[in-house]
Amino acid sequence: MSLTYDDVVAKYEPVLGLEVHVELNTNSKMFCGCSTIFGAEPNTQTCPVCLALPGALPTVNEKAIESTIKIGLALNCSIAPFSRFARKNYFYPDMPKNFQISQYDEPICVDGYVDVEIQTDEGPKQFRVEVERVHMEEDTGKSLHVGGATGRIHGADYSLLDYNRAGIPLVEIVTKIVPGTGKYAPEVAKAYVSELRDILRGLGVSDVKMEQGSLRCDANVSLRLIGSDVLGTRSETKNVNSLRSVERAVRGEMIRHAELLNKGERVVQETRHFQEDTGLTRSGRSKEQAEDYRYFPEPDLVPVAPDAAWVEELRAGIPERPSLHRKRLQEAWNVPAKEMEAMINADVLGIVEATVALGADPTKARSWWLGEISRLANERDTAIADLAITPTDVAAIVALVEKGELTDKLARQVVEGVIAGEGTPAEVVSKRGIKVVNDDGALLAAIEKVCAEQAETAEKVRNGHLPAAGALIGAVMKETKGQADAARVRELLLGHLGQA
Amino acid sequence: MIRSTAAEMAAKLVAGEVTSVALTQAHLDRIASVDTDVHAFLHVDTEGALAQAAAIDAKRAKGEKLSPLAGVPLALKDVMAQKGIPTTCGSKILEGWRPPYDSTVVANLKKNDIVILGKTNMDEFAMGSSTENSAYGPTHNPWDLTRIPGGSGGGSSAALAAFEAPLAIGTDTGGSIRQPAAVTGTVGVKPTYGGVSRFGLVAFSSSLDQAGPCARTVLDAALLHEAIAGHDPKDSTSINAPVPQVVTAAKSGDVKGMKIGVVKELNGDGYQAGVRARFEESLELLAKAGAEIVEVSAPNFEYALAAYYLIAPSECSSNLARFDAMRYGLRVGDVDGASAESVMNLTREVGFGKEVKRRIILGTYALSSGYYDAYYGSAQKVRTLITQDFTSAFAKADVLVSPTCPTTAFKIGEKANDPLAMYLNDIATIPVNMAGIGGMSLPSGLADEDDLPVGFQIMSPVMKDERMYSVGAALEAALLSKWGAPLLDKAPVLGGAK
Repeated sequence: MSLTYDDVVAKYEPVLGLEVHVELNTNSKMFCGCSTIFGAEPNTQTCPVCLALPGALPTVNEKAIESTIKIGLALNCSIAPFSRFARKNYFYPDMPKNFQISQYDEPICVDGYVDVEIQTDEGPKQFRVEVERVHMEEDTGKSLHVGGATGRIHGADYSLLDYNRAGIPLVEIVTKIVPGTGKYAPEVAKAYVSELRDILRGLGVSDVKMEQGSLRCDANVSLRLIGSDVLGTRSETKNVNSLRSVERAVRGEMIRHAELLNKGERVVQETRHFQEDTGLTRSGRSKEQAEDYRYFPEPDLVPVAPDAAWVEELRAGIPERPSLHRKRLQEAWNVPAKEMEAMINADVLGIVEATVALGADPTKARSWWLGEISRLANERDTAIADLAITPTDVAAIVALVEKGELTDKLARQVVEGVIAGEGTPAEVVSKRGIKVVNDDGALLAAIEKVCAEQAETAEKVRNGHLPAAGALIGAVMKETKGQADAARVRELLLGHLGQA
Repeated sequence: MIRSTAAEMAAKLVAGEVTSVALTQAHLDRIASVDTDVHAFLHVDTEGALAQAAAIDAKRAKGEKLSPLAGVPLALKDVMAQKGIPTTCGSKILEGWRPPYDSTVVANLKKNDIVILGKTNMDEFAMGSSTENSAYGPTHNPWDLTRIPGGSGGGSSAALAAFEAPLAIGTDTGGSIRQPAAVTGTVGVKPTYGGVSRFGLVAFSSSLDQAGPCARTVLDAALLHEAIAGHDPKDSTSINAPVPQVVTAAKSGDVKGMKIGVVKELNGDGYQAGVRARFEESLELLAKAGAEIVEVSAPNFEYALAAYYLIAPSECSSNLARFDAMRYGLRVGDVDGASAESVMNLTREVGFGKEVKRRIILGTYALSSGYYDAYYGSAQKVRTLITQDFTSAFAKADVLVSPTCPTTAFKIGEKANDPLAMYLNDIATIPVNMAGIGGMSLPSGLADEDDLPVGFQIMSPVMKDERMYSVGAALEAALLSKWGAPLLDKAPVLGGAK
């Protein structure tokens, strides 16, 4: 590859556009009463409606409409007093009706924006990403193509169809083109999706798990020569399954486009699939020939006309924007930006906040959740939220440590006990008989024993080589089964060896 | 017994003069003796009907309070999903499919203890005006077995006219209840759109389809109407309002002081002389009964047929896309190595008949990018204009009237290769569907030139269905006293006489 990213942005101005699909977390599907639980046995969450049996009719899930309106409001959109569903017609085996109920020219939310902040060479800078529309639609079923090299329908030996996903409520959020980002296009794209994810999580309308597909991003990228008004041909990159991938995909596409354009070649208007391993995209469906979906208003559903008073009621319930909320927390807790980001990435910010609200010191709360508890979650291959430990437990543990009733090391045992389901921290402490050894006599006895066993090391310390004390302290801690306060052990040991 | 009205049968059941099992058996026997000639039924559920009848008799014996039509048999158009019972819509593509669920209409019939005898023949997916488009062969008109019984619900109306059932369910997208009623000398009602749930009605054109009652008298139709109508949360387009009081209206039959508007555009050129004569005669009888006859104009009705043949095919092209061999029904070409696409294509090629394909192609074209505005878009505008025509006409009259169709029953095969001539049959019925209002056809006598039944159409505003029942009952009473016997007594004797 000859072109560097700097070469690209010296010559071209990237034009971004982002389409995000969000699976709503409603209990039932968009147009029927079937359950939406992820990962059930194939075809167990279906009914005449989502299987498109002859005669079956859709009815609208009111909760999905409510969630969509909330999203629109949180993205500063206008809520249309009248909107309609439309049929998007095309044949595919995993689409039961062979049309998708979506919204076309009359979406429910229009004209919003999201402000995102990124770090630039000149410091933090804000970009406004304008939202063109937010609309509702239903998901398709899932095809599993078995055999063949590519895992695609062509060349497969056979295909399996699972209609559990058919009819899951989806919301599509489409931005207007985002010009003026310059070399920061990849960062802006990532920041937008990240901000969006936080907003949606804050609203409680979706799981927003990119890796499970409950939030999917398509990144549209084109380049134009700096100073030119002529928009370039865009590519649409799908399969972007993480925030990092959003950034990589945009950057990769910018370079790919620039290489083509520099060679005098043409960018093909097409769908491209992002490859997580290489960070490159591979060619998908061509969009040169615009597909004709024969949209028309869905005659089986009456128009959606939300009551203005209801919309206002929903507006009043929209929470503070997560990014503003975070800024407030960061200042209050006096945490470095990097640490904030770590908490967000580990999805513990809310839990830390709850722990702090229960009286725990912010730094301590953060280090428990981000450190030991995250590690244990990883070890068990579960989400932190699924562990049997609550902010109340952690706040109690922090308090016990502060009171000197637990050492950090003992506290870790308590955490483990709580997660193992042994009860509250107090219960674990009492059941396991955990207590700090405060008896200097017992500690000194242990110190003497250790110094006798490791006479050579003890001698080094006695001669002023303090780093050697670590090994002795460790041995004493072991001797006292970790129930001693390491600081006190150090103090007594150094006294014992004449180094106090 | 089988020549009685449903109301009379219900009275005998209540009085204990007959059991539902006996009544059901009598109709099953009649079907066995005449249906080889008429071919009104695609499936007769002998066992199910008798079991249902026996259960109802048992309930009655226990003294349970039953609904007005409890124990009376009925024929169901094969476009309605009935759990466990073959439902083909007259199409090969659904051959062998048994729905795992009941349509709301069927659920309501069962709730009202109406005995379902079986499924009646129809034009494939309700597309047609003669029942000749059924993949399972045509139904014959009991008045003349060489003639069509109307369509698409020819099976339901023929079953009534042949005394195979006293009640039937039809569906009406452009006249499929009313036109068959007209050409078989029976009564058929298309309720206000949204008055009867469409859940489980296999869709042809969603914005036009409406299920309704078919019977031999206006009162019977009203009784069935009330049994099947009402709000259904499973149908988003179902109207959440009380069911119009159609039984009360049918019982009173009072038209004194009512204004009856004759639609200027639905008469005259193109209407058979005998049809016009019977229409004029009916108007005179209504005037005598105390109604005021006024003339109204609906200038946009002339575009109704053209607009209908854009909207209905457009919706059908999308509605019928689900018949793709993936989940149910026919599957053709599923050999080793065949792609899903080729199986879909072959199945649709073999499974759909000519008229259905014609309309799918027409609708696909009309919705295509670049043509949408000119075709589907314009048709929707016409639809609005037609609705406005009705609004102004109803400002001048309580109900509107016209002949139901321009001619009496034509010969089987006569128009099979001339779709436009076939489509013209529905010229007077289509505007009602376009505006979503109510429409009824009832017999107004026989045309002088061919001694075949002529239908009289009554149209009422949205959710004012009771008005057409008042007018229908008044006209029916006046005609009955003029004739001295029901019109169907003049129909030739079937079966036994052969």
